[in-house]
Amino acid sequence: MKNIKGKKLRSNMITYLIVIIAFVIIQGLSSGGILTNNIKGMLVPICAYICMAISLNLTVGILGELSLGHAGFMSVGAFTGVVVTLCLETSVSSGPLRLLIAIVCGAITAAIAGVIIGIPVLRLQGDYLAIVTLAFGEIIKNILNNTYIGLDETGLHFSMKDMNALQAAGGKVLLNGPMGAIGVTKLSTFAAGFILVLVVLTVALNLINSRTGRAVMAIRDNRIAAEATGINITKYKLMAFVTSASLAGMAGALYALNYSTIVPKKFDFNTSILILVFVVLGGIGNIRGSIIAAAILTILPEMLRAFSNYRMLIYAIVLILVMLGTNNPLLKRKIGEFREKIGLSRKAIDMTTEGGDRDGK
Amino acid sequence: MNLLTYLINGISLGSVYAIIALGYTMVYGIAKMLNFAHGDVIMVGGYICFITMNYLHMPGIAGVLLAVVVCTILGIVIEKLAYKPLRQATSLAVLITAIGVSYFLQNAALLIFKADPKVFTSVVNIPSIKLFDGQLVISGVTLVTIAANIIIMVCLTAFTSKTKMGKAMRAVSEDKGAAQLMGIDVNRTISVTFAIGSGLAAIAGVLLCSAYPTLMPTTGSMPGIKAFVAAVLGGIGSIPGAMLGGILLGIIEIFAKAYISTQLSDAIVFAVLIIVLLIRPAGLLGKKISEKV
Repeated sequence: MKNIKGKKLRSNMITYLIVIIAFVIIQGLSSGGILTNNIKGMLVPICAYICMAISLNLTVGILGELSLGHAGFMSVGAFTGVVVTLCLETSVSSGPLRLLIAIVCGAITAAIAGVIIGIPVLRLQGDYLAIVTLAFGEIIKNILNNTYIGLDETGLHFSMKDMNALQAAGGKVLLNGPMGAIGVTKLSTFAAGFILVLVVLTVALNLINSRTGRAVMAIRDNRIAAEATGINITKYKLMAFVTSASLAGMAGALYALNYSTIVPKKFDFNTSILILVFVVLGGIGNIRGSIIAAAILTILPEMLRAFSNYRMLIYAIVLILVMLGTNNPLLKRKIGEFREKIGLSRKAIDMTTEGGDRDGK
Repeated sequence: MNLLTYLINGISLGSVYAIIALGYTMVYGIAKMLNFAHGDVIMVGGYICFITMNYLHMPGIAGVLLAVVVCTILGIVIEKLAYKPLRQATSLAVLITAIGVSYFLQNAALLIFKADPKVFTSVVNIPSIKLFDGQLVISGVTLVTIAANIIIMVCLTAFTSKTKMGKAMRAVSEDKGAAQLMGIDVNRTISVTFAIGSGLAAIAGVLLCSAYPTLMPTTGSMPGIKAFVAAVLGGIGSIPGAMLGGILLGIIEIFAKAYISTQLSDAIVFAVLIIVLLIRPAGLLGKKISEKV
């Protein structure tokens, strides 16, 4: 038991170290002027996507339920963050403080959305659950597309129809339906992104290694057996789902405050899928894998810029080939043998692939 | 009279969804996979028909036939290259591969046909019917769509219940291992299922573009998702369920657009799905499988 605990601790430390070292190196490269502007502009989105991947991995890998609407939570966090910063523009002058408030508010609203969505969704199972999360993601996008928020001396105004009534009063438009939010001050920095990644990572790893995390994983592996041992299924499932949602909300706020305009359409089904791709390629249930996959796959299209128009085509082909390659039984066995040779025990490998195998029964 | 017009438009749109949903539901039933590339096969069908009519100057019916042939082959090729090697893999791995195929088709179409929307000339040139002194007008496309839907449903029901191949399909979807032991060629059956699904997607693509005449590389994605929702609504894996789900979804969407809000119609459609699934977790016509402990 002690041995396993020590191993886990070591593994977690390695993950933290990777993140910190990556930050130091990139910061160094950045101040050395080696990074191109394109790459520099992608640093904050990469941090946001890493947080999203960790957050989705909690749902897919630890809770074991497929979510196809995770961008919905990101969207809730993003627009909460934007509205909050725009409201506080005059009263809170410090940028980092405003960013912090925005991220916290984003996390809270996304968590509320997580509770509202989680209660009905978690009653379902398997592919039905997946399609309902997809539906919720689309509903959130659709509602935000029709939300108009304005601000004047009397306070916040809210409408689902159009902006006219709010504009006539002489207030400021914060959220303009499908046009989204315009004129947002860019508050997110790479350092803020790095800190958020560390926070999200700490929350996720602590959750996984806690009593709650073990209960959630027990439900994932065998719901009936878990229930029989007295685990409150609904409570723990909801707990994991809401945590995941609030982390996504934080990532959303960070992401949105990196741009001067942000539209609800940005967080559609394709974004949800993009994040799912990070999680699956990084290894389901493997947090470190998610981080690496999210970083590499966000930069990949940028790296493929040399192929100009063909880059998304190549991205698609790479995606298919990686899936075919990693699921090739022959290759899988070879990797297993190789790992055994270099001393990694079979058990460690099983633990990382376990989450995925369960679906294939 | 408005009500009747909306109802007919709803059934027409629903028929398109139903035809697409059939492809989803058959593939899911047999291969237990969510084929997200299905929506993009619709788009390919639309483009093939567009090319035949506008560049090769052939009649609409030739365009439809060619689209069906090309999409059928495309379906088989996709299955052989991308999905077959993953028969033993996890369902998530297959899902991601399907998404990769979807990206591939969309971006290939983007490279070949460019992003600007093409104006699709309707393949149907039947004049519209006027009823009740012109108060109710039913367009030719609507008639053909509904007729095509009925024909497809009858043929498919007959195919799955009467022919040897259809029975093999049902057997494979029920128990792959047992079917193989009975001498059914499982791989061939799955290929045929993909072929039929993709052929139907081509027809749906042509009908969809005839009714809503803009064609873009992303044309197929939203109808694809809606049809997927329709398949789940009716009970995924069930052929009559896909029909019922598709038509219901079409009617709900048109009514929501007409009476509630155009912008929120998608949200309403998805909300209906959620409510139905909460009441009947396996969809309207889905079989509830009790859990073995």
